[in-house]
Amino acid sequence: MSELRDIARTGLWENNPALVQLLGLCPLLAVSGTVTNALGLGLATTFVMVGANLTVSLIRDQIRDELRIPVYVLVIASLVTAVELLMHAYRHDLYKVLGIFIPLIVTNCAIIARVESFAAKNRPLPAAWDGLMMGLGFTAVLVLLGAMREALGQGTLLSRLDLLLGPAFRDLEIVLAEDYRGFLLAILPPGAFFGLALLVAAKNVIDQRRARRTRETAPQGDVAEAPSSL
Amino acid sequence: MHRKTDNPAKNALRGALLLGLFALITTAVVAATYQLTREKIAENERLAVLRGLHELISPSLHDNDLVQDVIYVTDPELLGDDEAKPIYRARKNGQPVAVIITTTAPDGYGGAIKLLVAIDHGGRILGVRAVSHKETPGLGDAIEVEKSDWILRFTAKSLDDPPEKQWKVKRDGGVFDQFTGATITPRAVVKAVKRALIYYREHREELFDTPSQPPVEDDT
Repeated sequence: MSELRDIARTGLWENNPALVQLLGLCPLLAVSGTVTNALGLGLATTFVMVGANLTVSLIRDQIRDELRIPVYVLVIASLVTAVELLMHAYRHDLYKVLGIFIPLIVTNCAIIARVESFAAKNRPLPAAWDGLMMGLGFTAVLVLLGAMREALGQGTLLSRLDLLLGPAFRDLEIVLAEDYRGFLLAILPPGAFFGLALLVAAKNVIDQRRARRTRETAPQGDVAEAPSSL
Repeated sequence: MHRKTDNPAKNALRGALLLGLFALITTAVVAATYQLTREKIAENERLAVLRGLHELISPSLHDNDLVQDVIYVTDPELLGDDEAKPIYRARKNGQPVAVIITTTAPDGYGGAIKLLVAIDHGGRILGVRAVSHKETPGLGDAIEVEKSDWILRFTAKSLDDPPEKQWKVKRDGGVFDQFTGATITPRAVVKAVKRALIYYREHREELFDTPSQPPVEDDT
């Protein structure tokens, strides 16, 4: 079971697709204006990641090396199309809001990266779990960024959550500041870049603190800094 | 990888067959999902249109099916661009009540602004809504009814009230407020609404008399 725990830690934190791999930034930056949008796209992406990882892992012995990329693309593209159709049918308003970014999940390199580097070499269960954890790691960053931008930009949290979860959730909106005029920069694209930069910085600070603490408690062991690869 | 023989032709054939098989399977998945969701999606589209229209013409005012009672017209000069635009007709007991004109303000700050303009039979505005736009968040997006009540001020206006010459924003000598920090957006909307009214005045009878047309096939 420690294998699954390692996968979870890698996906959610150490190799988080958004904060460490810096993959899939286009949708990340574009739809993180509110928590609702962020959560919607995050969950759709997670679903595709789990499906793609599971499918590829199941057929990994049948795929020949030179054919693997077209097969991956086929799998991912058809999954995304299915998600798009389902969303159009069952979450129509959210579909309207997310618009072009649902079909663009196809181009999220985080998905094909996980398929290629993990699912193609592992059994179905760990592969699906890896997709889930990577997807949730991505979603978490999206939602955090969405919360920061929504709070700063329009002074609310969880507005229009009913678009995603149904009319029962309409009144969940939290108004942080009445008559707030809004901070334009947070809603505009630069706000997304600033927000993401702050999140990446925060993660690095936490990692460094943690590394220092481990070094102090165990002065003999050589603890390597967490590599932050791009 | 495995089962690879030394015969390159055989290898290529096997690869092609395998790829074809995957293409078949994935296409089948998409086709099945499409079949499963097709009716629901069409229904959603219809309801979404109807909900938008009912914001402008209350259901009690008419007894026909707004979404079905529609014609498509093209008038680049008065309706903003050369796309065919749906015009929905509302009737009660067969008598014309109102129309909802789809129009475009081509000169918004961030590009075209799509509008719905509902006009009653006598030429008075029942309501205006911005359907889609790319105006600056926090400034120009005050044309959305969710963001401010500015767009509601068109209600009950007509080409006689205010007089046609005053269908402008205040900065241009008219009667309509501009926004703080944004004049271009309201100016574009006011002009587009005025043009829609002129279009209605010029085509009133034919707008109601032309039989409904089937919707233009959406090829996306």
